[in-house]
Amino acid sequence: MNAPGNQSQSKIVRWIDHRLPVFTFMQHELYDYPTPRNLSYWWNFGSLSGIMLVIMIVTGIFLAMQYTPNATMAFDSVERIMRDVNFGWLMRYIHMNGASFFFIVVYIHLFRGLYYGSYKEPRELLWMLGVIILLLMMATAFMGYVLPWGQMSFWGATVITNLFSALPVIGPKIVAWLWGGFAVGNPTLNRFFSLHYLLPFVIVGVVGLHLIALHQHGSNNPLGIDRKGPQDSIPFHPYYTIKDMFGLGVFLIIYAIFVFYMPNALGDTQNYVQANPLQTPPEIVPEWYFLPFYAILRSVPDILFIPAKLAGVLCLFGAIGVLFFLPWLDTSRVRSARFRPVYKWVFWLLVIDVLVLGYVGANRPEGWFIVAGRVATLYYFIHFIVLFPVIGWLERPLPLPTSISAAVTRKGGARLAGASTPMEKP
Amino acid sequence: MSKLVLWLACAALLALGAAPARAQEAQPIPKNSWSFSGPFGTFDRAAAQRGFQVYEEVCSHCHSMNLLHYGDLVGIGYTEEEVKAIAASKQVTDGPNDQGEMYQRPGRPSDAFVPPFPNEKAARAALNGALPPDLSLIIKARADSSPIKGLSGGADYVDALLQGFKEPPAGFKMSANMNYNIYFPGNQIAMPQPLAGDDVKYADGTKATLPQEAHDVATFLTWASEPTMEERKFTGAKVLIFLLVMTGILYAAKRQIWADVH
Repeated sequence: MNAPGNQSQSKIVRWIDHRLPVFTFMQHELYDYPTPRNLSYWWNFGSLSGIMLVIMIVTGIFLAMQYTPNATMAFDSVERIMRDVNFGWLMRYIHMNGASFFFIVVYIHLFRGLYYGSYKEPRELLWMLGVIILLLMMATAFMGYVLPWGQMSFWGATVITNLFSALPVIGPKIVAWLWGGFAVGNPTLNRFFSLHYLLPFVIVGVVGLHLIALHQHGSNNPLGIDRKGPQDSIPFHPYYTIKDMFGLGVFLIIYAIFVFYMPNALGDTQNYVQANPLQTPPEIVPEWYFLPFYAILRSVPDILFIPAKLAGVLCLFGAIGVLFFLPWLDTSRVRSARFRPVYKWVFWLLVIDVLVLGYVGANRPEGWFIVAGRVATLYYFIHFIVLFPVIGWLERPLPLPTSISAAVTRKGGARLAGASTPMEKP
Repeated sequence: MSKLVLWLACAALLALGAAPARAQEAQPIPKNSWSFSGPFGTFDRAAAQRGFQVYEEVCSHCHSMNLLHYGDLVGIGYTEEEVKAIAASKQVTDGPNDQGEMYQRPGRPSDAFVPPFPNEKAARAALNGALPPDLSLIIKARADSSPIKGLSGGADYVDALLQGFKEPPAGFKMSANMNYNIYFPGNQIAMPQPLAGDDVKYADGTKATLPQEAHDVATFLTWASEPTMEERKFTGAKVLIFLLVMTGILYAAKRQIWADVH
């Protein structure tokens, strides 16, 4: 293999690199990039998220070539893609299930960050950029779901855009402005299509910043302690390129089983009925990845002088907004939950809480679902606003290992042959 | 260990999405075995053709199938000639011609299925105010009970509904122009019982009992709701074989490369 950059054998590479240092850049950020030697498979979900973003953009561009963003033609144009366009069914099912799988990998990525304290100093901005990506993804997914113009597209769009009417005074004006009319209609569909095409590229931009912030201090690791020297690191290539590729293979197998054998399992059957503004479906349920937030929205009662709807909307946005403050809400200096005997268990309470919220969100707000929804919503906020700071103060963390290599190798601290000569693998 | 947790997390997330419980008072839908279910399922061509015959002779008097074209019927085993003949037996409105007038002509394979009514108002006027839904996607739109089962869930529902017309139980209040059906949510359906057995004389000599007709028409409608299903499953098998081999090789490479780290 040729060593890129200024040391390259190739005259052309050296000529280009002298003027535009792309090869040096790749050498630094993809080949030598020092990475903790102990990353587990939970660290695969970052690169998987990036790959999902590319898959979504590529399939989306092909779908947009055949799709018609018009209220009378959109539904039929999607079915035309399914029936008459060569491999149109494949592009659509990859894209449609891709939304779900994108959220699966991003949610796992996010919870991994929560467990191992990846949001803590010096990675606060890295974490906050991630939260911005999550918000952009949610907006993109919501608007994309409207495009097939099925019943759930239409009524989902109606419910979600109506949230803004909860704002006092300006609310109704904002809603009419979002719709481009007095109800969800053709202008709404047109602007949602335009924004659905735009936002993924905004996400690409923020992902770029996310990666710059990541490479500034490098990955966190399961021990949550800093790298102290070359014995703690291995070069990204070939160790993590191959590990990421193997993880990608496993992921693609699961993804492909859905795309080819149960492509509609994660969707709502009502979306195979064309949008009908005169007929409300029996239940309006968002896609599964929004269910916990939907449960929060519906669970909140009147709070003092704030009506339930406005309070619900505020809590909905607060549920994500609180993540921005997490680096300062968590008062523990220890990153990894492995050395935090209390937080280690409390983390799983949050996972259960979010699953409960998701289950509540999928069901009508009746009977005990109302109670469960309120308790789970309350716990969600208590977890971040109360438990995070309090546990940090009261908890007595376990002693941290002296170094990564001491903790993960039998010999302890032996410098890797590969660390000095990254490209000389057999 | 961590891999197990990963799988459990994936499974929990997926189960969460797949199980929005829905309240339905109607009877549980009986499960059938379908030629098209399972990873290697294909459409039973003979059943689909018989189902098309039932649609043509019974359903199509009220229900449109706007997403289908006569040419699509080669997908259930009709020859090009047979499709031409089926299309030619329809009168299609075309135009305007050079005189600026619309005119009728025999259908061609490239024509969409001719709808029974020119518009929604005409349908409602003829049918006591009821609007029969378009059947192109009815199987995918009715798979509520078990989204994980995909197409067979919707086919089970249509098959059951067609056989679910019964006398209303004593004391059950029926609205005007409604019919009692044990499988329909709310039990009152505007559609009168469409099939009773012996409604068609099958070209292939199969005895046209009610269960047979219901099964055949559900098979036809399932094909109509996703004509690319066979291509999808066939492609899926090839993709999965490739991915399994590739992932195996990648795993071996990973073991080899990481051998000196552990």
